[in-house]
Amino acid sequence: MSLLELDGVKVHFPVKKGILFDRTIGHVYAVDGISLKVEAGQTYGLVGESGCGKTTLGRAVLRLVDVTDGSVVLDGTDVAKLPEKELRSFRRRLQMVFQDPLGSLNPRQNIESILSEGMAAHGIGANQEERREKIREILAKVGLPANSLSRYPHEFSGGQRQRIGIARALVLEPDLIICDEPVSALDVSIQAQVINLLEELQESMGLTYLVIAHDLAVVRHISDVIGVMYLGALVEEAPSDALYEEPLHPYTRALMSAVPVPDPEVEERRERILLTGDLPSPANPPAGCRFHTRCPWAQPKCSQERPELTDAGGGHKVACHFTREIRAGELAPAGGPDAVVIPAQPEAPEAEKAEGPEKAPKPEKAEEAPKAEEASGESSEDSPADSSEGSPEGSSEKE
Amino acid sequence: MALLTVDELTVTFGGRGRKDVRAVNGVSFSVDQGQVVGLVGESGCGKSVTSLALMGLLPAKGVTLGGRADLDGTDLLKLSPSKMRDLRGRDMAMIFQDPLSSLNPVVPIGVQVTEILQRHRGLKGEAARKEAAHLLDRVGIPDPARRLKEYPHQLSGGMRQRALIAMAVACAPRLLIADEPTTALDVTIQAQILELLKELVDQEGTALLMITHDLGVVAGLCDQVNVLYAGKVVESAGRRELFAHPTHPYTHGLLGSIPRLDAPRGEPLHPIRGSINDQIAWADGCAFAPRCDRYEMECLTGTPELTEPRAAGHRARCANPVLATTEVPA
Amino acid sequence: MSIVTTASKIDRLAQLTARTETASGTSLWREAMRRMRSSKMAIIGAVIIAGFVLLAIVGPWVAPYGPAEQTWRGEVFSNRGEFVGARAENWFGLDHLGRDMFSRMLVGARQTLLVGVVSMLIGLLIGAVVGIVSGAAATLGGKAGRRIDDAIMRVTDILLALPSLLLAVSVAAVLGQSLTTVMIAVGVVQIPVFARLLRGSMLAQGNSDYVLAARSLGIRKRRIVLTQILPNSLSPVIVQATLSLATAIIEAAALSYLGLGNPDPAVPEWGVMLSAAQRFFDNEPMMSMYPAVGIIITALGFTLLGEAMREALDPKLRG
Repeated sequence: MSLLELDGVKVHFPVKKGILFDRTIGHVYAVDGISLKVEAGQTYGLVGESGCGKTTLGRAVLRLVDVTDGSVVLDGTDVAKLPEKELRSFRRRLQMVFQDPLGSLNPRQNIESILSEGMAAHGIGANQEERREKIREILAKVGLPANSLSRYPHEFSGGQRQRIGIARALVLEPDLIICDEPVSALDVSIQAQVINLLEELQESMGLTYLVIAHDLAVVRHISDVIGVMYLGALVEEAPSDALYEEPLHPYTRALMSAVPVPDPEVEERRERILLTGDLPSPANPPAGCRFHTRCPWAQPKCSQERPELTDAGGGHKVACHFTREIRAGELAPAGGPDAVVIPAQPEAPEAEKAEGPEKAPKPEKAEEAPKAEEASGESSEDSPADSSEGSPEGSSEKE
Repeated sequence: MALLTVDELTVTFGGRGRKDVRAVNGVSFSVDQGQVVGLVGESGCGKSVTSLALMGLLPAKGVTLGGRADLDGTDLLKLSPSKMRDLRGRDMAMIFQDPLSSLNPVVPIGVQVTEILQRHRGLKGEAARKEAAHLLDRVGIPDPARRLKEYPHQLSGGMRQRALIAMAVACAPRLLIADEPTTALDVTIQAQILELLKELVDQEGTALLMITHDLGVVAGLCDQVNVLYAGKVVESAGRRELFAHPTHPYTHGLLGSIPRLDAPRGEPLHPIRGSINDQIAWADGCAFAPRCDRYEMECLTGTPELTEPRAAGHRARCANPVLATTEVPA
Repeated sequence: MSIVTTASKIDRLAQLTARTETASGTSLWREAMRRMRSSKMAIIGAVIIAGFVLLAIVGPWVAPYGPAEQTWRGEVFSNRGEFVGARAENWFGLDHLGRDMFSRMLVGARQTLLVGVVSMLIGLLIGAVVGIVSGAAATLGGKAGRRIDDAIMRVTDILLALPSLLLAVSVAAVLGQSLTTVMIAVGVVQIPVFARLLRGSMLAQGNSDYVLAARSLGIRKRRIVLTQILPNSLSPVIVQATLSLATAIIEAAALSYLGLGNPDPAVPEWGVMLSAAQRFFDNEPMMSMYPAVGIIITALGFTLLGEAMREALDPKLRG
């Protein structure tokens, strides 16, 4: 049995309006039917752009927001239906690491107080001395100096603050740690420190993570299984390597092609799918497949029927009506004004693998797409790149 | 000749009883016509302050500027505020990180765009409106005539950044400064915006100074890259050269810290130890030394010079540079 | 590389990076105090207030004459417009009843301070209790809590909607003419201000990540309110308290001016003195000037201190 099992989880927020009395005039479908399983000792990565509901889902698992429908079962207990009283003590088993390391630490508490508060609430350690002993042990594990105890959050650097946040989760010895954008607020050189720390801790303490992030590269680096979210639902779920080897859902492919690689050679040759248009509002999601408004491969069926997440072989699950056809290259991307698909340059050995023979809808672009030649390459390359680190994505999603 | 030449730029913040802080400590670089130049670094390296100094947008009080910044022979740092205002928008324009707070929330997009056209190009009435619609169309905003009447909050993040870009290129400036233009945006939207910037540079011959912390963006966009650390350029090279042979241990470390989508999984990252706070004054030695695995005694005796230890045109400020290509980032 | 050079370069680096790091941390309150000490505004404000408090304590003892002694009654004829200004004997001159203005100012400082402090405390304490209940209910009370909060806030809205002076006058009308009346009247007016402020501040803090973190740790709600939300919501309230001390003194003066203050001539208060002197403003403006300037300087002192505190406590300026 899996450690954590979500089954059909829905979180809908009512939209209220009114001068004197609020009336519910609609719902924001932040999370709309998600089922997934997290195995003990593993890392499940949940990736998606802002507004896809990933942060809400993380909070729903912790019951920091109420679950509208579905079940969140941790080790046989349904968190979504736990009465308030039992929930409080159950929370020890589910901990969270937040995106904003400074904002998630009470500025007026020193480190000892921050770390011992949760222990005191759950009766861990007989007295403050015992707790302090345990805190010292954990501080050493997360790589903080022993004299940190009486210092305050503002006296630490960003990376150290995130270590404090991790320590706060660890002292309670939780079964599952939810990391919500654990590194996106940190500088690049510090991100790597924290990622490595999370991995080391997992190895030495046998931790289970649910990592929520918008940065596909980070998620791929630390996850065993990745779920890709779009508008409140999973569109694809696969073991990390399989997802990278062969992303099957058009959205995953677009997302993957938009992640910049710090290597000009790769940047110039890889496949690029430029989605135009914006994310539809989760308050008014499109009918049928939620991605059909931006999908280069969209067919009439896609706007009528919502595809289920189905296994395409080897535990690789996709929610797309035309997985097989797109995979086999039988369906060409329609493109039009809504998407640009620039195929990978075949002569590049180290570039991402070529994605079948789909034709670029704007041939002039494909033709001027660069070869390895340096001078011409620089003027005409069309690589989409993004700056994924440090984007304040999770916070905007809260609203 | 270079369009913009920045020579030994220094920016010092002081006053209010606090100790002076030198945010930019002798930065030199140049931007040619139609070239994309990157200023890369982490928070606190002085990249944004550099761009604000060039645009004349730093507060007059408590800030001391030093060095030169020549735009076509005019020293931007010595320009009077009114001359600077004439120059801004017409010859050089800036795109900011946060498109929402850079737009006036209570004024329709159209008015904000036509304002610039009126100020710098003397366009009025219908002509200005037509040109504004044309500009929005140019940056890929669908249905521009309708969008002109809308307010910033009615546009999505990507659309707002497009509108800002339209305002920046309204007068066909020769130099465009983009300060983290995509950091606030989603990955797929970022891809669109970068595509647009690239197109503008290609077609209009505008020079672009790209300020970012993201080496991935740089890899796909910039011709020339300057890496900043603690207010100084520590490495400067052409894009391919820089990524193929990062020579300064900081650049080397940065590249080793980034999880790459195309790297085999399970390969550990090689972070740089410590944090930006672990720093020594440039006067005493290399500011990066406390975080560096390769520092030697000579790194701790005076400011290291920018030299060309590897190849012509590839400069690095390091006494013990990484030269072997096979070396693992550490 | 030899061990010696390795060791020496490590030493050199340690020497260059040497920072004075205290083992015991500096809390934000201590930070704020440090910043206050280096702020001119705070120092000037504190000096003024210290002088005022000192005056309030020692005033009655150092006053050369009794505040109610009409020693020079024969020299002042207010109905004929004959007054006595500043002279060697009476530094501030005499009032309309032939009393020494300087002595009355010294003695009056105590009453003025009392009015300011007590009425501010009334507003602060009651307002804070209302604010905490409302804020706690709104942030962590769920649906029922939001209803309670709504109800409380509607009541304070009504209080806020009444013009403050009118409210004070009505309180005074019920309780009669006395210094207590003035203090209660001025204090009551401050209640909704403090309540609203604290509640708003708590709501803002209640949405922060560290409160979410505390909830996910499984900490009891009451404890979250007391240890997490409340300490972080206090800064604006403290600033407001200082500022409202200033307005309380001015408002108390206004009430006294309208004739609602303490009628006892032996207990002078600056506001009452000002109110009495205004009748003779045409003939002897200086008589109004002394209490007026006294009130203005005191209010300025509290305002300066309050503004300096606002700056020192502002998290955006932290650094």
